[in-house]
Amino acid sequence: MSTSTETIEQFVNREYQYGFVTDVESDEAPRGLSEDTVRLISHKKGEPKFLLEWRLKAYRYWLTMKEPVWPNVHYPKIDYQNIIYYSAPKQKTDGPKSLDEVDPKLIETYKKLGIPLREQERLAGVAVDAVFDSVSVATTFKGKLGEMGIVFCSFSDAVKEHPELIKKYLGSVVPYTDNYFAALNSAVYSDGSFCYIPKGVKCPMELSTYFRINAVDTGQFERTLIVAEEGSSVSYLEGCTAPRRDTNQLHAAVVEIVAMDRAEVKYSTVQNWYPGDEMGRGGIYNFVTKRGLCKGVCSKISWTQVETGSAITWKYPSVILKGDQSVGEFYSVALTTNYQQADTGTKMVHIGKNTKSTIISKGISAGRGQNSYRGQVKVMRSATGSRNFSQCDSLLLGDKCGAHTFPYLEVKNTSSTVEHEASTSKIGEDQIFYCRQRGLSTQDAINMIVNGYCKEVFRQLPMEFAVEAQKLLGVSLEGSVG
Amino acid sequence: MTTRPLIPSVPTRTDGPFSAAYAQLESREQAVAPAWLTALRRAGNAHFCELGFPTTDHEEWRFTNVAPIAALPTHSPEKREVDRSELERFTFGQMPTYRVVFIDGSFSTTLSSSELLDEGVEIHSLKTAAQSNLGWVQKHLGQYARADENAFVALNTSMMEEGAAIRIKANQHVKTPIHLLFVSTSNQAGATTHPRVLIVAERGSEARILESYESLTDGSTLTNAVTEIVMEEASHLEHCRLQQESTSAYHVGTVHAHQSRSSNLITHSISMGGRIARVNINPVLDAEGCECVMNGLYVVDGDQLVDHHTAIHHAKPRCNSHEFYHGILDGNSQGVFNGKIFVRPDAQKTDAKQTNRNLLLSDGATIQTKPQLEIFADDVKCTHGATVGQLQEEAVFYLRARGIGKEAARRMLVHAFASDIINRISIEPVRVELDQIMFDLFERERSA
Repeated sequence: MSTSTETIEQFVNREYQYGFVTDVESDEAPRGLSEDTVRLISHKKGEPKFLLEWRLKAYRYWLTMKEPVWPNVHYPKIDYQNIIYYSAPKQKTDGPKSLDEVDPKLIETYKKLGIPLREQERLAGVAVDAVFDSVSVATTFKGKLGEMGIVFCSFSDAVKEHPELIKKYLGSVVPYTDNYFAALNSAVYSDGSFCYIPKGVKCPMELSTYFRINAVDTGQFERTLIVAEEGSSVSYLEGCTAPRRDTNQLHAAVVEIVAMDRAEVKYSTVQNWYPGDEMGRGGIYNFVTKRGLCKGVCSKISWTQVETGSAITWKYPSVILKGDQSVGEFYSVALTTNYQQADTGTKMVHIGKNTKSTIISKGISAGRGQNSYRGQVKVMRSATGSRNFSQCDSLLLGDKCGAHTFPYLEVKNTSSTVEHEASTSKIGEDQIFYCRQRGLSTQDAINMIVNGYCKEVFRQLPMEFAVEAQKLLGVSLEGSVG
Repeated sequence: MTTRPLIPSVPTRTDGPFSAAYAQLESREQAVAPAWLTALRRAGNAHFCELGFPTTDHEEWRFTNVAPIAALPTHSPEKREVDRSELERFTFGQMPTYRVVFIDGSFSTTLSSSELLDEGVEIHSLKTAAQSNLGWVQKHLGQYARADENAFVALNTSMMEEGAAIRIKANQHVKTPIHLLFVSTSNQAGATTHPRVLIVAERGSEARILESYESLTDGSTLTNAVTEIVMEEASHLEHCRLQQESTSAYHVGTVHAHQSRSSNLITHSISMGGRIARVNINPVLDAEGCECVMNGLYVVDGDQLVDHHTAIHHAKPRCNSHEFYHGILDGNSQGVFNGKIFVRPDAQKTDAKQTNRNLLLSDGATIQTKPQLEIFADDVKCTHGATVGQLQEEAVFYLRARGIGKEAARRMLVHAFASDIINRISIEPVRVELDQIMFDLFERERSA
C-alpha cells in the first residue's frame, strides 16, 4: 500500500526527521512549579475564576501525591522544579485572527512537519488545530464547522467563548484526583483543543490536532476535551513531534471524551515525539491520561494509536462503558527501538448492560526497546451480558529487547464473557526467505511483514494517517534487524 | 465496590505472636539443632522482619488481603491423638501409597507406613534428617525457595522444624506414589503449622508424590507450607498438591522447583478448601531441554478466596512449559489467578503456553485473572490466554436435545470442565478419586 518510491538507502540515512528547532521567540514562564506558576499561567490566559480555583485545587492535591512507580519503565527522577511550565511563541498582536496573521516561521515549521495548514484547508478537508509548545496557534476551518454548530477551537478560546461547557465537562471524565500526571496537568495545562459536536450532527471532516514541543526544557501539558451530543459522530486525529535534544522533556497530556446517547467518537493518534538517540540520550517522556466516557446508551468510543516515538511512553487510553449497549474499542501499535520504553495499554470498565469492548494491541520491540502491554478489563456486577475480546501480540526483533504483557481481568457477574489472548513471536526465517526469493531485500521483507502484522490496527486509521503510520514504522525499524 | 467488609490492610508488623513463636523455637532448639539449620532459620527470620506481612499495595498481593492471617494469635497446636480410621475418610486415605502422616505439623510414626515399599527411595522426617546432618538435606534445604522475596516463605524458613525430606535415588523408578498427608486437628484460632518438604530427584529417577492438606475440625488454623523440589538431570517427577482444609482455615503454600537438564516436572494443584488459600508455584527451568507442565483447578464457594500465583522462569534455551488452570467459582467466592512466564535473555527457542479458564456460577462470585508474559529473548513462542464466562449455550443445547434436563446438563458440563484438569493426572487411582469428588460436588442431586 506504500505509495512512496524511497529507496532503502534513503531510509537508512534518515534519522528522526522532525528533529529541527524553529527559532521563534517565545514568552516563557520562569522555571519551577509553585502556586505562583499556576496563577501566572491562569493570568496569562485571562481565565475565569472557577478555572483558577480548579487549577489550584489540582495543584494542592498534586502536592500530596507520589509519582507512580508501578509502570514497567525506568528513568531518572524528574525534577519538577527544573521545567518551564509555560512557553508561548511571542506574537506582536494579541492573537491571530486568521492564518495570514500567524508567524510565517510557525507556518514553515508545520510545512516541514507535513501539515500545510493552508493547503490542507483547501485540499485535504481536514480541520487542524495546531498546538506549538503550549499554545494553540491556528485553527483551520473554524468558520465552516461553525455553520453546523460544531465548536472546534483551542482550549483557551473555548474557555472564553463557551465557559459553561468547560465548566460542565472539564474533569468530568478524568478528575484531577485521578493520577499524579493528571493532577499535574490539571494544575498547569496551558492549552489544547476543545471540540463540541451538537445533537444529531455528523462531523463532515476529520478534526485534527498537531502538537509540537519546540522550546528547550519546557514541559507540554495540553488538554483535549471532546463532547459528542446525542446522535452525533466525529473522527479526531492527533499527531505529535518534537526537536532533538539531549535532555528529556516531559509531556503530560489529558484527553477527555464524553459520548452521549448513540454518539460515536473515534480518536486516532500517531505519536512520534522525539525518541532519543541510539544511545538512549534525550527524548520525550510521554505520560498521558486518555479516557472516554460512554455516558449514553449505544454510544461508542474508539481509540486507535500508533506509538513510535518518545523515550518513555506511559499511556492507557480507556473507556468507561456506562451507558447500556455502549461499545469501547482500542487498537494499538506500539514500537520501541534503541532504548525506548513503552508501558501502554487500555482499561475497559463495563458498567452498563450488554456493553462490548474490543482490544487489539500489537507490540513491536527492536534494539534494546522494552515494550509492555498493560490492560485492564473490569466487568462490574451491573454489566450483565457484557462481552470483551482482547488480543495482544508481541513481535520481537533482536535478542536484546523485551516484551511484557500484564493483562488484568476482573469479572463480577455470570452472564459476561471475557476473553484474552496473547502471543509472542519473532519473524520466521522461512517468511523472510520466501520474500527474498521473490526479489525483496531483507529490510523490505521485514517492513512488509511488520506492516502486515499491524494491518488490523492500521485499517482503523483514516487513510492519510495509515500511510504515514506505515512509513513511520519503516523508518523506525531501520537497521534494527541483521 | 465489593460488598465484603473491608479489613484494613496491615502495615509491616514484626512484633507480636509471630515473632514470639520464633523466639520460642530458637530457645527450644538451641541445644539440639545443627548450626546450619539455626543459621537458615535466623536468615529466614531476618527476611521476615524486613518484609513483614504483605499488604494489598504489594502487586503480588493486590487482591488477597492477608490482614486476617497477620492478626491471628499464632501458636503451636496442642498435641492430639488421631486414630487411623479418622484418616481413611480423607482423599487418598485408602489408596495404596507410601504414606507419611503429619498431625498438626508433627510426624506421626504410628500413622505413617512402617516399611519402605521401594528400594529406590529414602524418606525421613525433616527433624531427624536435620539432626542427623544428612548431606543432601544440608546441601539443598532452603536454597531454592526465596525467603528474601516472599514473607510467607521467610516465615516458614524461620519456623521450619518438621516436614519431610525425600530422596529418589539415581536411576530408580519408584512405582508406588508417596503420599504426604498434613492434618490440622485444632479448632483453636491461630493454631499454626509450617510444614517444610524437600524433594530431591536424582539423576534419571522417576517418582510420583502426592501432598494433601486436610482439617479434622473447623478451626481457623494457619498452614504455611513450603515445598522445595530439586530435579537433577533427566529426572521425572509428578507432583500433586491437594488442598482441602476446612473453609475457616487459612492456607498459604509455596512450591519451588529447580530443574536441571532434560528433567520433566508435572505439577497439579487442586485447591478446594480454606477461607483464604494462596498457592505459589515457581519452577525454574535452569538447563536446556527441561519440560514443565503445570495443571491447576480451584473450586470454591461461599466466602472463600483462592489465589494461585505461578511463575515459570525460563532461564536457559530450549525448554518447554505448559500451564492449564481452570477455576469454578460459586457463592460469593473470589478467585485470583496470576500466571507469569519469564523468558530470560538467553532462553532462545522457548516454547511456553499458558491457559486460564474460569467459570462463574453465581453473580456474587468474582474472578481476577492476570496472565503475564515477560520476554527478553526473541526466538521464542509464547502464548497465553484467559477466559471468563459461562457454559457454552451450544453444549447445553446439545445435551438438552438428547433429553437431558437443563439443570442436569449444566452440572454435567461443569463437571466436565473440572475433569479437563483432573484427567491430566497420570496416576489412575488419584484421578478416579478426584473425579468422584467433582462428581459429588456438581452432579449429585443437591438435596438437603
